[in-house]
Amino acid sequence: MVHILLFANLAQEAGTQKIEIEMDLPASVEQVRKKFKEEIGHLKGIDHCLIAVNEEYAEEMDIVKAGDTIAFIPPVSGG
Amino acid sequence: MKLFEICNAPIQTQDVINKVIHHNSGAVSVFIGTVREMTGEKQTQFLQYEAYVPMAEKQLEKIGEEIQTRWPKAKAAITHRIGTLQISDVAVTIAVSTPHRQDAFEASRYAIERIKEIVPIWKKEHYRDGEEWVGNQKGNVSYPLGHPEGIEK
Repeated sequence: MVHILLFANLAQEAGTQKIEIEMDLPASVEQVRKKFKEEIGHLKGIDHCLIAVNEEYAEEMDIVKAGDTIAFIPPVSGG
Repeated sequence: MKLFEICNAPIQTQDVINKVIHHNSGAVSVFIGTVREMTGEKQTQFLQYEAYVPMAEKQLEKIGEEIQTRWPKAKAAITHRIGTLQISDVAVTIAVSTPHRQDAFEASRYAIERIKEIVPIWKKEHYRDGEEWVGNQKGNVSYPLGHPEGIEK
């Protein structure tokens, strides 16, 4: 199981900020994104989001383990 | 004392400045970002900022480390506010102290540019005629490289 965090437009579209997903782990970041789209839906912009694993930016091939927190990071707009 | 912080309450700019003044600082450059009413033809009524708070604070710390690398004698502090902000409210305060003024100007400029690239904070504009989550303000809505430029893993 992985914990998924959503923000901004993604959270608004999904209607929640936190989702848990059951999947075979370890898996790549890319596989988590794919699984998320299958389970939750193809949220607008989901393919262009960065992904953070446990609060650090990750690459597509980085490994996700059971219990990790995966955050989808839409283009940021702070400042 | 936390040098890099996300907060909900109004930012006390003087508090941020006080964090970076010490006996060898000769200059403090302060950047304050405020809520603007007009963006082109669009009239903002108020803004909402949201953040992935623990990661945002880590990324602010990372900007502090980058500043330290580029300007070894600099000391930086950044506070970014989230929640609902009205026109002219302070959204972000950056203070950088250095021994001499040029480095202070450059480092505070560097900090705000990096905030707009790597810190997970999002702004929702509430206009007179609608609302929208604002994308990357540097113009590239997607990340073709798979990550914002200059993110070190």
